[in-house]
Amino acid sequence: MTEAVARGNGGVNPTLRALPILTVLLAIVVVWYGAAVWMNAPWVRDQAARAETTLTTGDLIRQTLTLERPVLPAPHQVAAGLWEGIAGQKITSKRSLVWHGWVTLSATLAGFAIGTVAGILLAVGIVHNRAMDQSVMPWAVASQTVPILAIAPMVIVVFASMGVTGLLPKAIIAAWLSFFPVLVGMVKGLRTPDAMQLDLMHSWNASRAQQFWRLRLPSSLPYLFASLKVAIAAALVGTIVGELPAGATAGLGARLLSGSYYGQTVQIWSALFAAAILAAVLVMLIGALERLTLRRMGLAR
Amino acid sequence: MERSIDTMQPVISAENISLTFQTADGPVHALKNVSLTINQGDFVSFIGPSGCGKTTFLRAIAALETPTAGTLSVAGMTPDQARRRRAYGYVFQAPGLYPWRTIAGNISLPLEIMGFARPDRQQRIARVLDLVDLAGFGGKYPWQLSGGMQQRASIARALAFDADILLMDEPFGALDEIVRDRLNEALLDLWKKTGKTIGFVTHSIPEAVYLSTKIVVMSPRPGRITRVIDSPLPRDRPLEIRDTPEFIALAQQVREGLREGHSYD
Repeated sequence: MTEAVARGNGGVNPTLRALPILTVLLAIVVVWYGAAVWMNAPWVRDQAARAETTLTTGDLIRQTLTLERPVLPAPHQVAAGLWEGIAGQKITSKRSLVWHGWVTLSATLAGFAIGTVAGILLAVGIVHNRAMDQSVMPWAVASQTVPILAIAPMVIVVFASMGVTGLLPKAIIAAWLSFFPVLVGMVKGLRTPDAMQLDLMHSWNASRAQQFWRLRLPSSLPYLFASLKVAIAAALVGTIVGELPAGATAGLGARLLSGSYYGQTVQIWSALFAAAILAAVLVMLIGALERLTLRRMGLAR
Repeated sequence: MERSIDTMQPVISAENISLTFQTADGPVHALKNVSLTINQGDFVSFIGPSGCGKTTFLRAIAALETPTAGTLSVAGMTPDQARRRRAYGYVFQAPGLYPWRTIAGNISLPLEIMGFARPDRQQRIARVLDLVDLAGFGGKYPWQLSGGMQQRASIARALAFDADILLMDEPFGALDEIVRDRLNEALLDLWKKTGKTIGFVTHSIPEAVYLSTKIVVMSPRPGRITRVIDSPLPRDRPLEIRDTPEFIALAQQVREGLREGHSYD
């Protein structure tokens, strides 16, 4: 077991592993500050020209990084906006990113659950039924080639016309995106048992149900987890897209949209980062569950 | 389950069976007009170069392939009926143990599938683990065992449900010679204890001669039987028997049989 753990870490000291990540992060921050100065400079110069004042380089840089509505907010402004949105509000407040994040998260999780169940069921059907094998996959692929931006408003409008608003329509859009990776992963996973293992099952006169529960399903788990990581991120994207149309007032997507209506770039970026952090946490949670499960099953690589 | 060894009842009989695979390059005659009778309690080895149909023949017996011509019967039934009655324990070259189950759990797998009750399962697991000399390893996971031990566990799995016929497709092919010798000895011991009918595919002449009461020499294109040699060796065979003149003469016969099959190429 300790051997497996060492392999999982790549056998490298944690500080050394963090070094490349921190280097890249630092580079991004530097480039970002540069870009913020460069992109906000025309506005600052314009203001200075109108006020008929001259700017030193120091003034220019200071002002470009402290604008209330910058074209590109500086990292510290986004960080402050994020902190303000998360910790500076009551979590029941409509300005709280925690509240908006929860609205998005609940729809994401619901959509992820629907998508995962649908993906697994379709995969089971495809693996066990020849007709489904030949008919379902092209439709599944086609469903993903339709731009979600085109589908989302229609789903919202159709559900709203039936009096259904809020979580469910968004969850449907999230499920639309998240069933596909699960379907593809599970079809592959359920087909991993090799001929020898299927022959053994055959020689024991195992039923298809026994073959499924005892061999195919456990064998497919590594593939399922890989798919789930993609699916949960896709579900989050689907939910946010579902929050954009039709004047939704709650959720990170709505926050993005209202930010862009009123030119609140800091708000847009804060919501964006909140979504990214949420996605990272969700993917990490599934990763942790994956490691735990596969190690217990002796399937960890 | 005491069985008299000299009952000499035919369990498996093949009459003129042929098996042709249709491939993109045309038909492949894996077996052509193969006839053979295997008696109860026999230890039959199938030996021959690759492509001679020895594995295909074993698979046909186990109802994993269906002959395209001829009749094949197992204990008076078709192979598929025999399979449904769980007449076969099949051992492949790879152990094929589930990594997520312990050794005991792996042996338990066919028992669960066949619906044995839990106390019965535990009793059987203990018995077969003992039989393959793995007592005390039931709680281990496959990756904690050596290759030879894993293969023994897979043999235990094949024995657990008391199938009358044990079919083994190069079970020791992936193991080194020292482990192989030990396992051959253990297999003979197990065969004497259980009185099972064993079909055994191998590439090794000494292995075939050491283990078998009947050696079936096969040759390829089309797959067929060139010689069936009944072994005069006694059933009790210490490893040293391999240095006796009888053993060497028998090995010589097998070698000749193999050469005959190859005369045209």
